[in-house]
Amino acid sequence: MAPSTSSAITLNINNKKYTLPVDHRTTLLDALREQLDLTGTKKGCDQGQCGACTVLVDGRRAVSCLQLAVAAEGREITTIEGVADGERLHPVQQAFLDLDGYQCGYCTPGQICSAIAVIEEHAAGWPSAVTDDVRSEAGPPPLTAEEIRERMSGNLCRCGAYVSIVQAVARAAGAQVPAEPDSGPPRSGAQGSGTGSDTEEVAA
Amino acid sequence: MTTTTPTAAASRAVGTAHTRVEGLAKVTGAARYAGEVPHPELAHGWLVLATVARGRVRSVEEAPVLDMPGVLAVLHHGNAPRLEAGYMGVFGPPDPVLQLFQHDRVPYVGWPVALVVAETPEQAREAAETLTVRYDAEPHDVAFFAGHSGMYTPEGAEESRGDLESELASSAVVVDAEYTTPEEHHSSMEPHAAIARWDGGRLEVVDSNQGSRFVADELAKLFSLDAESVRVRSEHVGGGFGSKGTRPHQVSAAMAATVLHRPVRVVLTRRQMFALVGYRSPTVQRVRLGADHDGRLRAVDHVSECLTSTVHEFVERAADFGHPLYDANAHHTASRVVRLDVPTPTWMRAPGEAPGSFALESALDELAEKCGIDPIELRVRNEPSVGPLTGLPFSSRNLLACFEEGARRFGWADRDPRPGVRREGRWLLGTGTAASAFPTLSAPSTAAVTAEADGTFTVRITAADIGTGSRTALTQIAADALGTTPGRIRMRIADSDFGAAIMAGGSMGTRSWAWAITVAARALRERLVPGVALPPEGITERSDTSAAVGALTEKERHAFGAQFAEVAVDVGTGEVRVRRMLGIFAAGRIVNPLTARGQFVGGMTWGLSMALHEEATRDQASGGHVGADLAGYHFAAHADVPAIEADWVDDPDPDDPVGIKGIGEIGVVGAAAAVANAVWHATGVRHRNLPIRPDRVLNAVGGADGA
Amino acid sequence: MKEFGYDRAHDVQGAVALLGGDPEARFLGGGTNLVDLMKAGVERPTRLVDVRELPLGRIEFSPEDGLRIGATVTNSELAAHPEVRRHYPALAQAVLAGASGQLRNMATVGGNLLQRTRCGYFTDLTKPCNKRTPGSGCPAIEGEHHNHAVLGASEHCVATHPSDMAVALTALDAVVAYESADGPGELPLSDLYLPVGDTPHLETALPAGALITAVTLPAAPVAATSRYRKVRERASYAFAIGSVAAALDVQGDVVRDVRLAFGAVASRPWRATTAERLLTGGPVSAEAFAAAADAELAAARPLPHNGYKVTLMRNLVVAVLTELAEEAAR
Repeated sequence: MAPSTSSAITLNINNKKYTLPVDHRTTLLDALREQLDLTGTKKGCDQGQCGACTVLVDGRRAVSCLQLAVAAEGREITTIEGVADGERLHPVQQAFLDLDGYQCGYCTPGQICSAIAVIEEHAAGWPSAVTDDVRSEAGPPPLTAEEIRERMSGNLCRCGAYVSIVQAVARAAGAQVPAEPDSGPPRSGAQGSGTGSDTEEVAA
Repeated sequence: MTTTTPTAAASRAVGTAHTRVEGLAKVTGAARYAGEVPHPELAHGWLVLATVARGRVRSVEEAPVLDMPGVLAVLHHGNAPRLEAGYMGVFGPPDPVLQLFQHDRVPYVGWPVALVVAETPEQAREAAETLTVRYDAEPHDVAFFAGHSGMYTPEGAEESRGDLESELASSAVVVDAEYTTPEEHHSSMEPHAAIARWDGGRLEVVDSNQGSRFVADELAKLFSLDAESVRVRSEHVGGGFGSKGTRPHQVSAAMAATVLHRPVRVVLTRRQMFALVGYRSPTVQRVRLGADHDGRLRAVDHVSECLTSTVHEFVERAADFGHPLYDANAHHTASRVVRLDVPTPTWMRAPGEAPGSFALESALDELAEKCGIDPIELRVRNEPSVGPLTGLPFSSRNLLACFEEGARRFGWADRDPRPGVRREGRWLLGTGTAASAFPTLSAPSTAAVTAEADGTFTVRITAADIGTGSRTALTQIAADALGTTPGRIRMRIADSDFGAAIMAGGSMGTRSWAWAITVAARALRERLVPGVALPPEGITERSDTSAAVGALTEKERHAFGAQFAEVAVDVGTGEVRVRRMLGIFAAGRIVNPLTARGQFVGGMTWGLSMALHEEATRDQASGGHVGADLAGYHFAAHADVPAIEADWVDDPDPDDPVGIKGIGEIGVVGAAAAVANAVWHATGVRHRNLPIRPDRVLNAVGGADGA
Repeated sequence: MKEFGYDRAHDVQGAVALLGGDPEARFLGGGTNLVDLMKAGVERPTRLVDVRELPLGRIEFSPEDGLRIGATVTNSELAAHPEVRRHYPALAQAVLAGASGQLRNMATVGGNLLQRTRCGYFTDLTKPCNKRTPGSGCPAIEGEHHNHAVLGASEHCVATHPSDMAVALTALDAVVAYESADGPGELPLSDLYLPVGDTPHLETALPAGALITAVTLPAAPVAATSRYRKVRERASYAFAIGSVAAALDVQGDVVRDVRLAFGAVASRPWRATTAERLLTGGPVSAEAFAAAADAELAAARPLPHNGYKVTLMRNLVVAVLTELAEEAAR
């Protein structure tokens, strides 16, 4: 007997339940955009290679283009439409707005969802690929610009707004904001890692 | 001329930082892009692209596909409506790729051969993948290399002044080097998307483009419609960079909507974008510089070779970049091209200038090294007083001011010129600089400005905001021209019904649109009498800058800049990291410092990315790309991009009617050269082939100069 | 993508039974590779059995028995786990070096081991590929191969294995536990991946229809001094062009114990057994490290455009072992 290729499912999105029929091929991204009119989540590559479709699944960031909708049943999904507190923007949204952390805006919802998770992951003590010592006894790494960049690297921005995105994430995280442009002459890099000289970064 | 804008002193909004007027919509996800506008009965089109590089379509086996669930139509050369082919576009003959499904010839891998339309995107995709298309393949040639026998110099692509060879012969110092840049892709984050539908006898298209009026006019010509019968809107655009003109997605959506009598959406996949929306041609560039011992240039020769398709000529004019830059007794430049079985390249952010500046500004650095002169001093010594090739005066030229300010802020004075002597752990450190220039162009545009009865103003102009911040900048321009605040301006853009206007391209959008808005706003202001109530429909003034643009005096008009980069190179692993960049620009009046900085820094980020990452690879056997996706085609990610600073020097031109120069492209120009020059300073190895990949750095170790 | 059935499994035996030995059915974990390949048409399953809700989401550690990682543990959970970070830092680093934060939150440990190559010919249906369509040829050998294999490849396939995590697991003697229709079984990770030979489409030694249930690492004090270094063409969010996982224990100036594996140079994570043999009991010096790397890489058969990998791996081995020796001396 041929298996059924579609299902009626209930998705919990932004604290609201949606019951909908889905073709099993439908990704969470397409269900959001095509069936639920939640078009804030963007399709940049549809291959997990750009991060524009980032949403939060059970509080953790995920690319919705590689998440089948049928397999998302039972999970708590938060999209860009659900991160603000009513009329009050999420601090990450506000920082992107104030610091011009975008240009065309197409990667922006994914960047914002990702940044919200980055701040939480860091607060939970998760290390990253640029953390000098990943050993748990070394303690949580400071949220430097270099750490933000590495953690945000799954979100591509073709306009090249990375510099202001990193400033926005840092501000929203309450980390010392990396130097704004015009704050003085940059100094020569003097750190051991070539992944960024970042002398403007927080020390610890 | 009556169109002079207020001076900076009289401005209030212009020159002040303003967050984007559409910013709230963008950070909340409320901004709708082209593919996101819901329509009842929307059908979904999926393009099928050729898999051979040359040949003919023998058959399109549509019958089994038409039996698949939800499939509505398969359009191909055997059944597609005829399109008009004999029209002339704004930029010359149109790209034949817009002649969708009109014949069976296949000129390259990725040529559209069919459109499958179905009720859902999943059904359309599966049907398109199932569709069998058979080809009669023919031998193809996709191999691009210097001196290809088919290389020719197109008309108007060669310039010379003075006796080049004799000046080279009498030069004490000569640099003669070949530089290459690879095929590069725009890769806007938003794939091209269009929804087409017929409504009351009009073709209505919601699209992602850089110029809605341009697209509307072209669709009208293709489908033999009156210009008034087509309306194209493009409110939010997820990046363009030159790739979002008229493309097969709009044409196929309009064609299917016409056949099916229902709305049809066509969205390109990321992979399809690599074949369908243009790209930057690879280049091979030979630069010869001849100079006296003191660095004074005698001869500048820049010959660039690029490719185009067999069906359409597009030339990457890389050799033109240096035209305004350096004084010399003799100049020669030529941009040559070869026709191969590949898609047609197109404009990509700083077309010509981006690859051209890599070659010429690298060569200047090599000359500085050979002469033992500081690279900035070398440029000072070759600063022209008039256009080196034209003899025309500069409208304003503040290149040296950029270098001076940049050198001060970057700490250039402390630089030890010797290469390969700074080490920090596993990293070798170096710094580099390069000059930047981009033409300041203007194009006719129209605008309408309405004083509403409620005291607000509405501006209508077919401008496009593809992320440049133009919507916000134009709001500021309008506010000042009307003597009001930005909050009282309703800026409506990107609707072809608003009339003719230049597209977003060539860094001339904001300059040209601001001109039109200013003219209309000033005329409107004259008609507003304090204390007199407005009629309910308000008062509208329209402008058309065609005559004014045509009357512009002939001058060398350019923006200039100085680029600086510091890099770290691990020669054991080949890794190159950019540690910081600084760009100082002279680019006329800066309307919105907040978004302008984003344009400059974004361009510099492109330059970094071009220097280290970007490269599309074509498979000689199949003629198609390998890794045509964002994992195979790398552009810089967050971790690659350090603190990049951009700033500007005063660049006034009291004679200019607008005072604004374009800023969308100049940030790219020279940035890759600054990085490459810094890599030389770090390692002592010249990298003349982009991108500077780890394997190239590794292979260069052991003394092979010119990796 | 063609239509398919979907079932969610709730226990391990049930999952294996749901798959039912159907060669056209696949287990769905995080989906980060499988769903992508389904979109590309490389995978065309008729049924998916979702294993994400199986009770395999735990990480257990004891100083005696080592580490046991459930197959549905996500990459993120693994890299963040305090005992993993403390006792197997190279494993945490390897996981963190892979993909992106989003993908690591989705990807499971079991799925990571079974991910397919990212060779641009394999993932493109319009091109030949022996791994995808046996007998169709390997265009990479004459074509684009600057990031292809230099070790253990054949004239039939030169693709590399893309995992970072598996490189560290290979260095640390991981064992893969699985459940099949015939019951549970175990396989050393070094035996999981089959040699390429003339059957590049046959990738693993798992019985048909088997489900990976856990990965175990023996207790190994040497692993506490370990690290993973990855080189790629972007600073992040890119596959390796070369990587090294290493663990080192030194006594005075002598190497007491060493583990070494290479990534992105072969169809599987490459355990550098020749180098390990030479290093063990030998001196702690850059020269000895280089000699060992050279001995391991003597088997390399580079293609015209990937010979740099031999230099890269040699330099990486020296750099990483030197760093570990300094760390061990502290």
